[in-house]
Amino acid sequence: MVARVHLPAAARRGEVIEVRITVQHPMETGFRFELGGKPIPKNVINSLLVRYNGAQIFRAELGSGIAANPYLQFHTVARQSGEIEVSWVDDNGERGSERAAITVV
Amino acid sequence: MNLVNPVHFLFWLLLTGFAASAAELQKPVPLKSGVEFVSEDLRKLQADDFANPGMLWVTRGAKLWGEAAGASGKSCAACHGDAVKSMKGVAARYPRIDAGAGRLVDLEGRITLCRERNQGAMPLQHESEGLLGLTAYVAYQSRGMPAAVVLDARGRKHYERGREIYHTRIGQMNLSCAHCHDRSWGRKLAAETISQGHGNAYPAYRLEWQALGSLQRRIRACYYGLRAEMPPYGAQDLLDLELYLAARGGGLPIETPGVRR
Repeated sequence: MVARVHLPAAARRGEVIEVRITVQHPMETGFRFELGGKPIPKNVINSLLVRYNGAQIFRAELGSGIAANPYLQFHTVARQSGEIEVSWVDDNGERGSERAAITVV
Repeated sequence: MNLVNPVHFLFWLLLTGFAASAAELQKPVPLKSGVEFVSEDLRKLQADDFANPGMLWVTRGAKLWGEAAGASGKSCAACHGDAVKSMKGVAARYPRIDAGAGRLVDLEGRITLCRERNQGAMPLQHESEGLLGLTAYVAYQSRGMPAAVVLDARGRKHYERGREIYHTRIGQMNLSCAHCHDRSWGRKLAAETISQGHGNAYPAYRLEWQALGSLQRRIRACYYGLRAEMPPYGAQDLLDLELYLAARGGGLPIETPGVRR
């Protein structure tokens, strides 16, 4: 699975920064059928976690109402230089993660 | 009506003159990319380099570019170096005749050939994440550059064949490509505005697919809509059509990864 994380490359201490995330995932709803009529099992990213230098700053529980390749965006306060790590797990138990670095001056 | 009026005659000459040059390379006038027929929201989504979902495939392609594949143990980067430099403008010239293979190939086909010839790797399947990713990544390096296919004597043959297919009625709907994309672009087909049918945004992310897809997939979708038999991926008819479309939309900027409905 591929994901993209976007942060400003540098920020002042205490500045509010925008974090943008996209994850490539089909987000199968469980309501669809194959051409042969067999139901396609539900498989969505059910939980997504964002850590800033190890500390959790954002958590989302997604469901079948979220479109494929989900896009998430939130704000946080730049405290110290380091990295923001996004990790997620889907209904099949498949995990993925992506990180981005930030410099706080 | 006085047809022999010299002013009318001159006007008639001019008109037929223009018609003849238009038949040479038939292009819709004015030339409009598909992005002009989509909603404001989709235009914004395509223009936003982060939110554009097609960029996920570009990111995948960038990773694959540096990964070794096949018996040679070489990555794309081992020969081509930095794609940002080496692949700039390349996609704008496809489809083209590949000298080594001696046949018409599109960008996907060229990547497959390169894997086979130089990497000794198994071909990537049509519409596989890997092939879409690499194609999107290579085409992305030409973004904003005008599509400019070369029509030499051999390319010309494929172009003519593509033009023939484009103007041939097919399927239960008994329509040709030209009926919608030449005669009726800008008009409504149910809720949608019919585009001029250019391929400059492909591989593109379609909301209907919820994924990135190739131009061949999009053309096959048109066959499906006409209730015609879909040519298999890689079929000569599809390649010829791709070349015809590229020449017909010559000068339009490459938009990969485009976002469409």
